[in-house]
Amino acid sequence: MTEYGIEVRVTPRRGILDPQGKAVGGALASLGFTGVGEVHVGRLIVFTLQADSEAQARERAQAMCRHLLANPVTEDFAVTVGAPAGSAA
Amino acid sequence: MKIGVVTFPGSNCDYDCYKAVQEGLGAEAVFLWHKEHDLQGVDAVFLPGGFSYGDYLRAGAIAAHSPIMREVVAFANGGGPVAGVCNGFQILCEAGLLPGALMRNRTLKFRSRPVYLRVEQAQPPFTSEYQAGQVLRVPIAHGEGCYTADAEILDDLEATGRVAFRYCDAAGEVTPQSNPNGSARNIAGIVSPAGNVLGMMPHPERAVDVVLGNTDGLGLFRSLADFLVESA
Repeated sequence: MTEYGIEVRVTPRRGILDPQGKAVGGALASLGFTGVGEVHVGRLIVFTLQADSEAQARERAQAMCRHLLANPVTEDFAVTVGAPAGSAA
Repeated sequence: MKIGVVTFPGSNCDYDCYKAVQEGLGAEAVFLWHKEHDLQGVDAVFLPGGFSYGDYLRAGAIAAHSPIMREVVAFANGGGPVAGVCNGFQILCEAGLLPGALMRNRTLKFRSRPVYLRVEQAQPPFTSEYQAGQVLRVPIAHGEGCYTADAEILDDLEATGRVAFRYCDAAGEVTPQSNPNGSARNIAGIVSPAGNVLGMMPHPERAVDVVLGNTDGLGLFRSLADFLVESA
């Protein structure tokens, strides 16, 4: 078993109205930041996971996304598998 | 007749539901703790409003997987009547008992005020005491009540008569101005394909007492009581 560092990035699904992103975009514009396109606000979920292989770690993290971490109706997710921060390997 | 009200950590409308059942209907009400696995033989279940598990991750997401919800899902799949109000609606969607999701209000503002609802379907077990087209005045109090679903799901809800309530104006007209949260097609409440699971953002349990100046929500509890008496 190896300990992997997992990052799950959850973002509003494309085409779904994201009022929070819109509000942040409006705030950036009102501060004078120009050239900002569409803004989206999501969340980052970070954890370590014991697994036999990187492929297994990825598969299990994706299952977690489908069951709990993301809502497929409104959100997309992306899983990144790496070594945990601070690990020697 | 025994009606269960589930209490999650962070529920805050559970007592209102309990009182609506006990005093509004004169029926027996019991609290069901989220960690329990036993529905105590209840005939119907209410999932109350509030902020279960602090709305962490997504509103209703963690509550949807709590121990009591396994029993509620089995009860609903067996045809048992289950109603979710506000956070309860969010939990039902997260648990997969109802389609779609409740997103942040389009205005980004928490809305707490009475709204008008048009009854779209007057059917057991939850709306038979009303009449289709009837206008109710019921309070809302939520920050994440924008009902969202794919166009095919919305079309299916409408085609199969599963939209229970829509936001409307005092005259019963469904208008963009009367939509308090940006919900698709002004949808305020829907039912499952079999009709035994209802989810709605407005709070009928806060409109059951003459003293509080509004009894428009009582019909929902009476509809359920009629249904339970008839099916007993």
